[in-house]
Amino acid sequence: MANTQGTTGLVGWIDERFPLTKSIREHLTEYYAPKNFNFWYFFGSLALLVLVNQILTGIWLTMSYKPSAADAFASVEYIMRDVDWGWLIRYMHSTGASAFFIMVYLHMYRALIYGSYKKPRELIWIFGVLIFVCLMAEAFMGYLLPWGQMSYWGAQVIINLFSALPVVGPDLSVWIRGDYVVSDATLNRFFSLHVIAVPLVLLGLVVAHILALHEVGSNNPDGVEIKKLKDDKGIPLDGIPFHPYYTVKDLVGVMVFLLFFSVVIFFMPEMGGYFLEHPNFDPADPLKTPPHIAPVWYFTPFYAILRAVPSFAGTQVWGVLAMGAAIVLLFFLPWLDRSPVKSIRYRGFAFKLVLGAFVISFLVLGYLGALPTTPARTSLAQICSVIYFAFFFVLPILPAIEKTKPVPERVTWK
Amino acid sequence: MKKIIVALTFLVLPTLSLASGGEGYPLERAPIDPHNKASLQNGAKLFVNYCMGCHSLEHQRYNRMARDFGLTDDQVKDNLIFTGAKVGELMKNAMPKSDAKRWFGVMPPDLTLIARSRGIDYLYTYLQTFYLDSTRPFGVNNAVFPNAGMPHVLWELQGWQKPIYETHKGPDGHETKVLKEFELVQPGSMSPPEFKEAMTDLVNFLSYAGEPIQLTRQRVGIWVVLFLAFASFVFYLLKKEYWKDVH
Repeated sequence: MANTQGTTGLVGWIDERFPLTKSIREHLTEYYAPKNFNFWYFFGSLALLVLVNQILTGIWLTMSYKPSAADAFASVEYIMRDVDWGWLIRYMHSTGASAFFIMVYLHMYRALIYGSYKKPRELIWIFGVLIFVCLMAEAFMGYLLPWGQMSYWGAQVIINLFSALPVVGPDLSVWIRGDYVVSDATLNRFFSLHVIAVPLVLLGLVVAHILALHEVGSNNPDGVEIKKLKDDKGIPLDGIPFHPYYTVKDLVGVMVFLLFFSVVIFFMPEMGGYFLEHPNFDPADPLKTPPHIAPVWYFTPFYAILRAVPSFAGTQVWGVLAMGAAIVLLFFLPWLDRSPVKSIRYRGFAFKLVLGAFVISFLVLGYLGALPTTPARTSLAQICSVIYFAFFFVLPILPAIEKTKPVPERVTWK
Repeated sequence: MKKIIVALTFLVLPTLSLASGGEGYPLERAPIDPHNKASLQNGAKLFVNYCMGCHSLEHQRYNRMARDFGLTDDQVKDNLIFTGAKVGELMKNAMPKSDAKRWFGVMPPDLTLIARSRGIDYLYTYLQTFYLDSTRPFGVNNAVFPNAGMPHVLWELQGWQKPIYETHKGPDGHETKVLKEFELVQPGSMSPPEFKEAMTDLVNFLSYAGEPIQLTRQRVGIWVVLFLAFASFVFYLLKKEYWKDVH
């Protein structure tokens, strides 16, 4: 029995029964990626690396962690002190959580500047935003597990947001907690969701994200469709096989990333209280509210939006809705951005201005979300929230005033 | 290059220290040396003698401390264990919770991770700024933790000090009294420099207890980082070799 791949021996035997060689060719050796990927194209593979790191370290943490209100805090210290190399596994996991968000935010920024979400890549973007949403759920539930003061009160504040929703709110928040306050029941279910449910969904979405990417092919810094120009063998003129070219290139990225990652793990695992918050070294105490409750840094932009919206008509629900909208709007980006030009290289000044304002407002919101409120800070957060939302509403009308540059036929080296 | 700078700024921005400076008593920098085993041993001695009656170190094992401080198990058993605990046990204390609550109004917290939650400078300043205040149940108050429930346990060593206030006049003419410094009214068994050094040792010990692995972590880290720097270079050369024919 011959197979379509022309392989023999053991591999041939497998190829007759399973698409081994076929998959390797489709996704690695004969997947043609544009040759002009730049610095911004490292973060996709790095996000995948961090995902693997989180899963592996998570498996080992789970071996010693005890998901109960009575034992959780002590079991984390047990891992830090009595489990061989437990401290390293724990710091890799806690630093990995922040690294995951850094990689994903940079990866999303790349999509924004090069228009990677535009036709025909809308589904890649949607899967990506779903990954981002899952990641936030995963991080939020994981943060409860050490059962420190910030774990406890952070969860209390965020779950209470749901109770602001009309009619179903109060029952919904009780349903999420499994109790009237964050308690042992909450910890147990968050553990279950954090180690099984959400990672399963996350992995499925990552596979969908990559399959969709490989179906349509990668975008590039010029926003040129390389599949338009092919040689007589049907290979894109500006394409190079992902393996070995991008595997060796991504390996350089991996090593440099691990270098920075290790500097944090070995020399500043708390990252000045941003990766591991200082109050979280106090065990959870349901009777003692900390003076200032701040979410971990990767949630602060959205938290700042939540706090910036004043209560209106006797309810706080508007802030919650605004925070939700700040994320939901991302899904619509492929249809909101109507410019035919993908890459920022050939877009007009208007787009650069709008995108710059959006990015700065996001960073400022992140900064403000970590601080206690003052009237001045709230005003600034309100201005930045307006800019954040304005981005999505200005995009559709932008082509009317934007002067774009001609997009080249072939990719360039810049 | 420009893009790399932008990217790095992006990376670093969310992690910059945003601490909003408190208006409270200024913290003094704790000059600890985690490599100084004599200081750590002295800190442990102070802790088990003066603190452990009320405060436990419930995540710290005696024999781990012995190993890290260059002591034998027997030395720890003879000099540092007063509770009848075995040397492999955690440093718990015997004070009943209900009594503690009745005596102090609050349960004295476990101190294993106090250096990580409050910071060493806070502890260093806190330990040195108990002052006489007749309005408090134990006759003392504290500069960095106002109305602390703790008595001045170290009075034997430090003696008693009284506060000296400075009057600040606000722009609206409103006067506020601000704690400026202290005056020793009754000396203790230690001179002020000796007491300062003892507190450095105690804070050094608490900093160790917060994360016993910290020195190992840094020692291993140097090799990991050096290896990765080398590996980055090798992989960069590999990439360059492969990419030679891409134009």
